Formats: sequence, structure tokens, C-alpha cells
Amino acid sequence: MESDVLVVDDSAAIRKILQRVLRQTGMAIRNIYEAGDGQEALQLLHSQKISLVLTDINMPKMDGIQLLAAIKDVPEWHGIPVVMVTTEGGEAKVGEAVRLGAAGYVRKPFTADQIKEKLVGILPAAMSL
Amino acid sequence: MNLKEHLVGSLSQAVEDVFSTMLGASIVPGEVTFENGAPDAHDGVLSFIGLAGSWAGTGCVSCSPVLACRVCSQMLMTEATAVNEEVLDAVAELTNMIIGSVKNDLERELGPLGLSIPTVVFGKNFRTKSAGHAEWIVRRFHWDSDAFEVKICLAPSEHPAGLQPHGFGQANQMGV
Repeated sequence: MESDVLVVDDSAAIRKILQRVLRQTGMAIRNIYEAGDGQEALQLLHSQKISLVLTDINMPKMDGIQLLAAIKDVPEWHGIPVVMVTTEGGEAKVGEAVRLGAAGYVRKPFTADQIKEKLVGILPAAMSL
Repeated sequence: MNLKEHLVGSLSQAVEDVFSTMLGASIVPGEVTFENGAPDAHDGVLSFIGLAGSWAGTGCVSCSPVLACRVCSQMLMTEATAVNEEVLDAVAELTNMIIGSVKNDLERELGPLGLSIPTVVFGKNFRTKSAGHAEWIVRRFHWDSDAFEVKICLAPSEHPAGLQPHGFGQANQMGV
């Protein structure tokens, strides 16, 4: 079964890198959607059936922590795994993300293998390997 | 170890990690200098990011248009020949990762710090001015024949919001 993935980051460069990395993982991905902040991400979640969200934390308008809280607050979205991909390594922010139900955490800078290792544990059914 | 030495080490480690991980590039650290007062006029690309908390300051990456294009090409595996939005975005993200790594390292000693969204400037013969009075630590790096600078200034906040700096003994204002 193929999954639709949502990548949320205010940096177009990081969105492009994550798109490439996701395609290289061998996971069964159908579409990769992009959003530049949490508000755009919520709009996409309303219009698309998303199976996985990768999100930055520090973003304008709505940050990744607020987005995570908003996703976990909606019963239909509650089961969507949200992985934080961010430079933010402060205990307070990481702890808050864990408390809100983040499925994983990858610190920038990251390698393709780090992303893949994190996702293998989260979406095993979506992996084609 | 004092804050200045710690910052120099942390900055170098962060730059090497980001370049090797995100660009697959080896860089060579160059000389460290200290800057007080207004810097000379700039040409090229300058990317800033703010740090805030019990200590506050600014981190900055300064490079030529050629190096900015090279960063973008390597990071995004695309061909960048002129400074455009994609190139500026790549340099902004590079700055975010470098100064973000330094921030994460410093938080162990200074307590929680916040990181702003980066701002990038591209132009010729422009000057910058920071409202703070802290000294800038400037480290030059070499990527093959290209060079770039990473700068950071940090000082205790005037209004530290209940947080107290700790861990660096007598350091009260960097380099002063």
C-alpha cells in the first residue's frame, strides 16, 4: 500500500532535500506534499489523506510544535505519525514534542540513512524493502 | 574553558558537521579574529540568525556569490550559476543548521536559548550594524580555493526573563 507524505519546512531547500531522501528510502510513497508552515500543512491535511508528516519546529505563522498539537487534537488525524526534523535540540522543545505524541525526532544536519532508519520503525508496512 | 574558547570550538565543530553531512564536503578551519565596532563594507551574501534567552546575540555566515551558488548546487544536487531565491534559501538553511548546532551546544552551559528565522542579504558595498555591544568572534573557513566566514556575538541579556547564565565562571560579557 502506498503512502502520501507531507513535508513541512519554511526552507524550500530542506523540503527539496527531504523529497529526495524520501524517494531514496525505498518506501512505498505515492505523493509527497509540501508546506512552508503549520497553517499550510493543516490546509493540506484537510484536503489530502496523509499517512506521515515530517515537520520542522521553528517556522513562521505556526511552528512545528503547534502543528503537532493541532494534528493530535483532531480524532481523524490522531494516528498520523509526526516526525520532527529540526535544528532545535533544546530539552524543553524535544520534551514538549514527545509529550504531544511525536513519533520521532531527527536533528539537522541529517543523513539520508538517519531519516530512513527513523521511518523504517514508524511505517514498516509502507516499506518496499 | 571560557565562553570565547568554547564558542570558537563549537562553531568549528558545527561548520565541519554541517558541511560534511549536508554537502559531503570537507572544509578547513582558518584563522580566528575578533571584531569590535562597525565591520567593513560587505560584498556578497550575508545570512543572519538571532539567538535569545538569558544570553542573546547573532550568528552570521558571510560568503561570496560563487560560494553561495556552490553551497546550493551541492546541497540540492542542482546547478546554480547565479544568486537566486533558491541559493539564498540554501545559505539561510546552512546558517540555521550551523548556528542551531552551536545553540544546542551552548544550552548545556547557558540554559535555554531561542533561535530566530534567518534573514539573508545579497548585494554590494553594504554595511551592517548590530545594536548590541558584544565582540564578534569571526572564524574563517576554506572550502578548496573558496573561503567564507562564520561570525557570532553573544552577551548576557539585559532582561534575562528569570534565567541565570551558568557554567562559564567569570564570563560576564564575551571578550570584554
